[in-house]
Amino acid sequence: MDMKRRDFLKIAGLTAIAGIGAPTAFSRLLKGEVDGGAAYASGGEGAAADSNRVRLGMVIDVKKFNQYKGLAQKCIDACHQIHNVPDYGNKKDEIKWLWQERYENAFPEHSHYRRNEELEKMYFLVSCNHCDNPPCVRACPTQATFKMKNGIVAMDYHRCIGCRFCMAACPYGARSFNWRDPRGRSADGRPFIAHVNPDFPTRMRGVVEKCNFCVERLAEGLPPKCVEVASPVKAMIFGDLNDPNSEISRILRSRFTIQRKPALGTHPSLFYLI
Amino acid sequence: MLEKALKGSKTYWTWIAVLLGFITVGVICYIQQFNYGLGYTGMSRDVSWGVYIAQFTFLVGVAAGGVMVVLPYYLHDYKTFGRITVLGEFLAIGAVTMCLMFILADLGQPMRALNVLLHPTPNSMLFYDMIVLNGYLFLNIICGWVVLHSEYKGAPPPKWYKIFAYLSIPWAFSIHTVTAFLYAGLPGRDFWLTAVMAPRFLASAFAAGPSLLLLIAIILKRNTKFDIGEVAQNKLCTIITYAAVTNLFLVGCEFFTAYYSNIPGHMLTLDYLFWGIKEGTEVKNNLVPFMRFSMILNIIAIILMFLPQVRKDDSKLVPVLIAMFVSLWIDKGVGLVLGGFVPTPLEHITEYTPTLGEILITLGVWATGFLIITLLFKITVDVKVMREN
Ligand code: SF4
Ligand code: SF4
Ligand code: SF4
Repeated sequence: MDMKRRDFLKIAGLTAIAGIGAPTAFSRLLKGEVDGGAAYASGGEGAAADSNRVRLGMVIDVKKFNQYKGLAQKCIDACHQIHNVPDYGNKKDEIKWLWQERYENAFPEHSHYRRNEELEKMYFLVSCNHCDNPPCVRACPTQATFKMKNGIVAMDYHRCIGCRFCMAACPYGARSFNWRDPRGRSADGRPFIAHVNPDFPTRMRGVVEKCNFCVERLAEGLPPKCVEVASPVKAMIFGDLNDPNSEISRILRSRFTIQRKPALGTHPSLFYLI
Repeated sequence: MLEKALKGSKTYWTWIAVLLGFITVGVICYIQQFNYGLGYTGMSRDVSWGVYIAQFTFLVGVAAGGVMVVLPYYLHDYKTFGRITVLGEFLAIGAVTMCLMFILADLGQPMRALNVLLHPTPNSMLFYDMIVLNGYLFLNIICGWVVLHSEYKGAPPPKWYKIFAYLSIPWAFSIHTVTAFLYAGLPGRDFWLTAVMAPRFLASAFAAGPSLLLLIAIILKRNTKFDIGEVAQNKLCTIITYAAVTNLFLVGCEFFTAYYSNIPGHMLTLDYLFWGIKEGTEVKNNLVPFMRFSMILNIIAIILMFLPQVRKDDSKLVPVLIAMFVSLWIDKGVGLVLGGFVPTPLEHITEYTPTLGEILITLGVWATGFLIITLLFKITVDVKVMREN
C-alpha cells in the first residue's frame, strides 16, 4: 500500500473514531481542489451537500467477483470472523453484515423480461449502504444508530433498546437483530461464534447490528476487511467520494455504476460496477 | 371510592379469577422470553415485528376510539353521552396501558426503555409516540377520575378539569396519527407508504373503539342496573357504522391505487394478503384465510348495522358488534403490520407464525388491560347506580 493511501485511511479512521469532521486534515489532501463534481456530496448527518467533508464510499466490481469464484465468500467469512458475527445455522435467528444476492433481489426495480443471461447467473455482494440520507438514523428513537461526520452510519450497541424500528426503516434489509445470546452455544455445544476476535466487542442479545465500514480498522489506518481480502484483484475500491482525486471518484467519473434503489433518495455510498 | 371494586357478585369474581389466570401464564412466559431473548417469538430478520407491535397498533385505535363519546359531549354539549364519557375515558386507560405493555414486551433491551427519554430524538416518530401515548394516559386518568370522584362525593366536578378534557380531544387524534406515521414514513415499504394510512387508522379506530364500548355497555345493562339509554346506544351505532364505512372506502382506495397503477411494489403485499404469492414452486399464503374472512365479515357487519331491526334488538346487535370488532382487529392487528414485511426489501417472501409463548404473552397483556377496564368500570357503575338511587 502506498504511503498516500495509508495516510488517507489513517485520517479517515481518526475522524471516524473522533466523530468529527476533518476539513482541516483533508484540506491537505484536497489541496483546495474542491469542485462540485461529486453529486450529493456531503459529510453526513443528512446535512446539505458539503464537498469539504469526507464521505466514505465503496465501489464493488461485480464482474471481478464473478470471475474469481469464491472470492465473495472469502470476503464474507473474513468480515463475519473479525466482527464476531454469530452463526446459528438457521434462517430465523440469522445475522449477516455482508452477503450475496441475485440481481433481481439486489436490484428488484430493475427486473425486466429477457435479462442478460450472464447477469441472471451473477451474485452481488450487499451490505449496509451507509446512506447519505439514512432512514434508519431518522427512525431510531435513541440515536443508537447515528451518522458520523465521515459518512459512516454507525451503531452504539450499549444504547440500542432493540425496538427494531431501524430494521423496518432500512429499505435494503441491511440490519440484523440479536434474537438470542450470540455468546451462547447451540444445543449440541457448538459456540455460535467459532473463534472470538478479542479485538472487537461481541454483542449482547436484544440489539441490532450491521456492517460498520470497519471503523475500527480505519482508525488503525487499515482498509475495510472485505476490501483488503478483495485487494489482490481490486474487486472493491474504498475511499472518499468527496475527494475528486481519489481512486473511487475517478472510477465513478469514468465508468458506469449503479446504486441500489436510488429512487428512494437515500443516496447510498455503495456503487456497483457491472 | 376504590372499595367499590372489592365488592361484587360471583360472576364478577369468576371473571377476575380468569383474567388473573391468563396474566399469571403471561408473566411466566414473559420471564422465559426475558431470559432467552426475542428469539422466543416467531419473529425473524425478515419479519422483525410480530403480534406485539400489531396489537399495539390496534389498541392505540381502541384508545383513540374513546374520543367518539367524549367529543360530542364536550364540544357539542351532547348530554346523552354524559353517562358514558367516563367509560370512554376508562376504556382508553386500559387500552393505552396495553399499548405500553406491548411495546415493552417487544423491546430487545426492555431495561433500557428509558433511553428514549434520556436521549430524546425529535426526528424519530417513536419518540413522539412515547410522548403522546403517555400524555393521553395521563389526560384520561385525570378526566375520568376527577369526574367520577365528584359524582361519588355528590358535588359538581371542579372547573379546571375541563381544560384537560378539551385537550384530550385533539390528543386522541394525535395518538393514532403519530402511530400511523410510524409506518407511513418509511421508504421502501410500499404497503405502508400511503398518505391514507393515518385517515384509515382513525376511521377504523372510530369503529373498533366504540364497538367495544357499546359491547361492554350492553353487558353492563344485562348484569347491572346501569343502562346507557337507547338514544346513546343508537347514536353509538351510527358512529360505528359511518366510521366503518369510511374505513372500507379507504381500503378500497388502496386497492384501486395498487391495481390500477399496476406498480408491482404496491400490488405485491395485497397479492400476498388476499391471494398468496408464488415463490418458486411454493405458494406463500398463510394470512389469506384471515384477510378474506376479515373483509367478508366487515362488509356483512356494516350491512347489518344499517338495519333498524338489528340496532333495536340487543341479541342481534351483540353478534354484529363482535363481528365488526373482530374484522377490524384482523385487518389492523394482523394484516397491516405483518403484511408490511412481505415482500422483504430484497423481494424475498418470508412468512411468520407466532409461537405459543408469544401468543400466551399477548393474551396476558390483553387480560391485564381487561382487568384494568373491569375494575374501573365496576367502580364507575357502582358510583353511578348509587347516585341514581
Ligand atoms: S443501508 Fe440501511 S442500515 Fe445502512 S445506512 Fe442505509 S438505511 Fe441505514
Ligand atoms: S433497534 Fe436500536 S438502533 Fe434500531 S431503532 Fe431501535 S434503538 Fe435504534
Ligand atoms: S466494510 Fe467491514 S464491516 Fe462492512 S462488510 Fe466490509 S468487512 Fe464487513
